[in-house]
Amino acid sequence: MSNTNNTPILEVKDLGIDFGGLTAVNNFNITINKNDIYGLIGPNGAGKTTVFNMLTKVYTPTRGTIIFNGQDTKGMDAIAVNKLGAARTFQNIRLFNELTVEDNVKIGMHNELTYSTLEGILRTPKYYKQEKAAHEKAIELLKIFNLDEFADVQAKSLPYGAQRRLEIARALATNPVLLLLDEPAAGMNPTETEELMNTIRFVRDKFNIAILLIEHDMKLVMGVCEKITVLNFGQVLMTGTPSEVQSNPEVIKAYIGD
Amino acid sequence: MFKKIFDKKHRGRTFSYLMVLVAYVVIEIMLSTKSMSSLMKNLLVPCCCYIVTALALNLCVGLSGELSLGHAGFMSIGAYTGICFSGFFESSITNPIVRLILAMMIAAAVTALFGFLIGIPVLKLSGDYLAIVTLAFCQIIASLINNCYLGFDSNGIQFSFITNNVNIEATGKMLLSGPIGASGTTRISTFTVGVVLIVITLIVIYNLMYSKNGRAIMACRDNSIAALSVGVSVTKTKMLAFVISAAIAGAAGALYGLNFSTLAPAKFNFNQSILILVYVVLGGLGNINGTIIAASLLYILPEKLRGLQDYRMIIYSLVLIAIMLISNNQKFKVFVEKNTKLFKNKFTKKEAK
Amino acid sequence: MVFLSYLITGLGLGSVYAIIALGYSMVYGIAKMLNFAHGDIIMVGSYVAFFVLYRFGLSVPVGIILSVLVCTVLGVLVERLAYKPLRQASSLSVLITAIGVSYFLQNGAQLLWSSSQKMFKSVVGDGGISLFGGKLTLSYITLVTILTCILIMIALTLFINHTSTGRAMRACSEDKGAAQLMGINVNTTISITFAIGSALAAIAAVLLCSTYPSITPTLGSMPGIKAFTAAVFGGIGSIPGAFIGGLLLGVIESLAKAYISTQLSDAVVFAVLIVVLLIKPTGLLGKKVSVKV
Repeated sequence: MSNTNNTPILEVKDLGIDFGGLTAVNNFNITINKNDIYGLIGPNGAGKTTVFNMLTKVYTPTRGTIIFNGQDTKGMDAIAVNKLGAARTFQNIRLFNELTVEDNVKIGMHNELTYSTLEGILRTPKYYKQEKAAHEKAIELLKIFNLDEFADVQAKSLPYGAQRRLEIARALATNPVLLLLDEPAAGMNPTETEELMNTIRFVRDKFNIAILLIEHDMKLVMGVCEKITVLNFGQVLMTGTPSEVQSNPEVIKAYIGD
Repeated sequence: MFKKIFDKKHRGRTFSYLMVLVAYVVIEIMLSTKSMSSLMKNLLVPCCCYIVTALALNLCVGLSGELSLGHAGFMSIGAYTGICFSGFFESSITNPIVRLILAMMIAAAVTALFGFLIGIPVLKLSGDYLAIVTLAFCQIIASLINNCYLGFDSNGIQFSFITNNVNIEATGKMLLSGPIGASGTTRISTFTVGVVLIVITLIVIYNLMYSKNGRAIMACRDNSIAALSVGVSVTKTKMLAFVISAAIAGAAGALYGLNFSTLAPAKFNFNQSILILVYVVLGGLGNINGTIIAASLLYILPEKLRGLQDYRMIIYSLVLIAIMLISNNQKFKVFVEKNTKLFKNKFTKKEAK
Repeated sequence: MVFLSYLITGLGLGSVYAIIALGYSMVYGIAKMLNFAHGDIIMVGSYVAFFVLYRFGLSVPVGIILSVLVCTVLGVLVERLAYKPLRQASSLSVLITAIGVSYFLQNGAQLLWSSSQKMFKSVVGDGGISLFGGKLTLSYITLVTILTCILIMIALTLFINHTSTGRAMRACSEDKGAAQLMGINVNTTISITFAIGSALAAIAAVLLCSTYPSITPTLGSMPGIKAFTAAVFGGIGSIPGAFIGGLLLGVIESLAKAYISTQLSDAVVFAVLIVVLLIKPTGLLGKKVSVKV
């Protein structure tokens, strides 16, 4: 089923960013096709999260172009990029802690719900209709991540692994075409990681989307990713299939050191 | 149907409405049987105003997470808008209740506009900086109204700033006279309207909380970067909360202003803002019922302590400090935690399987 | 020449604000709390100085020393009793407690000394120096105030930058946890900060009352708010910021009174604050904080 569609969803050319004169990322190139599960790996401090932050416009890149879903994202802000179809999770989990699990997912549908503030306060039929649909969609998403029974629980009281899964569910609620996962398996035990791998594949097939993930867990990366880009010192070291990456001496050097 | 009323999520809301209803019925019975002192009677309308303003501030501080020390300013804009409207249309709209309701609506609209204008610069800041800037706006509003002179007679409306150049004929009416503020206002506020305003405020806040914008408001409070990442505009959302909060405070201000025959602008200084903030914090941030209870008790408390004369404010301040120290005490927290353990146990069992 | 005299009056007023703002800013920098009761410490200092000087008739240095002592003890006491138990609590809880302390001090003073105003006499006499053939008069108190402020500023900078306690204070303001692990006694450091802030408040009290002689239980609240504004204006947590913020605020207030309107001077001061914060959201000398995503 995978890789049947080879149209690129994301094309990044010569992306770079400087922080106060210091180059954090330079000459970053990547092409992700529709339905790809793509890995971005590299040692700590290589600039992986910085790349995510540029793609989702948390940071504005200094150089380069990002063509996403056929559009140049130059000048767009984080909201516009999300509306265009990029959704992400965060390395240090960023949930809406005081809200319930279900409401966390519903926030992801904010732009899908079209009733106005006044209609919401007056509770017009439109409000009831859309809220009912939102509830159903939220429960459906939570079921995928085995979170449906905690729908009414505050997000902050979920265990760590469940919080990571909830972040993915929330991102999916925005109807993305590209899902960016920043260390989704961090803090998970081997069983949970195994489950996560299956979920990632399932999500890709069910929603027909591309997934770009940063991960340190090599078992997960090599297990699910079809293509991998290795980043070191802010530069692309190589791009290839998992087996190519594993056998590349440069990559081994970057990880283990000279 | 009953599920929606008594389940965990909606229990608090049901309790709010019931509490207001019961309080209203009890007070009305006490009023009709004349078993309430005139001192307490005079406190009823202001108490409603403070409850409503505290609820508005809770929307801003508790739900939106923006510490505002300027809500007394919004109350004062609402109060003087209401007083001017009512004074101006006294002869054309003779029904006092209609005039009061219209005055509150106009006041809410005007205050919302001010809230929007103030919000543009203010909401760029956060935390303590936001607090100081809202406080600054409150002081600016107080000192501007302190210098306004406004009146009308058969020659039309007259207005002057800083120096009093307004000369009103005997048949006319002076609406604002500088530091004295409004005087000779016809008192048209009633307790029932006050309770209705509380109920409307509750409906607005609860319905907002359970709609997409209310969720967005709380989401931006909890994590603004995550909110942006799912396409929620933090600026717009915070502005929405701020403007609605200002409008509600404005309506409460109008009710307050039309409850007294004289009202000086100095009444609404930053101490007033802080007083309202105290209600909100003691009631619990984001806790609607707590806000209502704290505002009513703490508004009545100093008045009840009047018998103790000079000692009353000392006692009040000690109560304030004691509540803060006890509620943040580790042992007390453990005690509370024990009582909520029941629910937690249930939850961990679910997670284990 | 008229302008110059307003400017100097403003600098005098600003020096008082600066001394108070230093206390605000130091406490904020280290305890990360807005000490709303700071203004009321000034009030207590004023009353102590008044009673020592004009009721018991003791000399000026004794009055100042006693006032400083009482305020220092009071400041540390308030910190220990009311703020220390709240070290882990939310900043709003601490703010409300500080408001409670402020009410307590104001109403306690009213109970002890009644709300009727008492008249203070300037500690350095009423005269002044005439310059330019009498065109410009500098009152002694204005000169003394400005000089005191500069001396305090220099002493405090040296203290913060060149003593081990000062280093401990800087460490605590960066990261309390790390400071504790490095063997710094965080509680003592915070107490010292409150002691210094309160001592400065007492000095400010004597200077303030020498210029504006009427003493009431609410005397501290407006200078307190203005000094707080000055601290934010200069960048809260920054010592040179508090100094510059205080002076600028005093000058702006004085010039606004002279050239715009006496009644609107406060409005002008606060309007300038808003403009400054919009251009530099962390104040003139404040540090920019960035969030790691």
